[in-house]
Amino acid sequence: MILLARVLLIPILILLLAGRQSMAGELPEGVAVGDAAPNFVVKNIDGRNVGLSSFQDVEGVILIFTCNHCPYSKLYEDRIIALHKEFASKGWPVLAVNPNDPAVEPEDSFENMQKRAKEKEFPFPYAMDETQVVAKAYGARRTPHVFLLKKEKAGFRVAYIGAIDDNARDAKAVSTRYTANAIEAIRAGSPVEPAFTKAIGCTIKWREE
Amino acid sequence: MNMRTRLIILFLLLASMAGTAQVSLVRVADLEQRFAAGADTTFIVNFWATWCKPCIAELPAFDQLHRGIVDRPIKVLLVSLDDPEEVKSVVEPFLKRKGFQPECVLLDEPDANSWIDAIDESWSGAIPATLMVEATSGRRQFHETDFTYAELTKAVEAFMRVAR
Repeated sequence: MILLARVLLIPILILLLAGRQSMAGELPEGVAVGDAAPNFVVKNIDGRNVGLSSFQDVEGVILIFTCNHCPYSKLYEDRIIALHKEFASKGWPVLAVNPNDPAVEPEDSFENMQKRAKEKEFPFPYAMDETQVVAKAYGARRTPHVFLLKKEKAGFRVAYIGAIDDNARDAKAVSTRYTANAIEAIRAGSPVEPAFTKAIGCTIKWREE
Repeated sequence: MNMRTRLIILFLLLASMAGTAQVSLVRVADLEQRFAAGADTTFIVNFWATWCKPCIAELPAFDQLHRGIVDRPIKVLLVSLDDPEEVKSVVEPFLKRKGFQPECVLLDEPDANSWIDAIDESWSGAIPATLMVEATSGRRQFHETDFTYAELTKAVEAFMRVAR
């Protein structure tokens, strides 16, 4: 983490992130609900680049930072697939991005991502944030971490940040589907409430210097 | 020492060893109550899980901190975020195998969004994370990071220096 602080304090990054830092000064805070969503390009498991501009005819994008190794990501794998199946046809597809450095967590390598996506037949792109700039720009702190990005004329805007639902361990015991409810609210033109939630998850495996 | 005394001593020894790995289920309110009733204690509370690699890597630092406390009101408390159903099958055997001494409880709360802010508003929910609480004043400090032993003792001493 000390190393991480050093990495994040590189002045260029601070400039890129418009100086918004967390209280501890270690992790970038990233975006907040209501902010314009920074565009990015990452490499999908099929070798092609994917980014927000790849999504033209959509109402929004369900950006989820997730990965192979994290037990909480695994708990949510089937629910992420279900989210895509439920909402892609309504104009809200999933874009899954793995922010972890495979040197720190080999299970999250590009090859292992390809393998896992094939096993689970992911119906959405699963891309690698090789430079970790996307995770930093958005302020992703854990996996899984959801950012709902609503499409507007000028680009995308952050409409919700947080958890998928309120019970990671037991999908059957879920009482509030935070992400699904937020999409429904956006589509209905109602305010998103809550627009920010928290969940337990794995730390992002930042590159060590 | 006759055989019977020896057996009793052996039994007591084994019982005390088994006791170190007993993990009870608690709610956030139980933790808060404990802090409130802590008199002059400084609580060093580490949130971890058996599935979390960086957590497991830093646990020895907390074990060492616990073992090194002499005549000081510091309480190292491990708070597991494992599945409550795995307390007997995974969490307790893990602690026993590693020989970790600090008391461990398991937080039995499903909806993390409802209680993460109660622990600390700056917490994203990622673990490992460590909360320091000075019971007398209720003063808190939160660290969403992992610690080496040197970093941990430094952070604890810094926290307690302000306290006095």
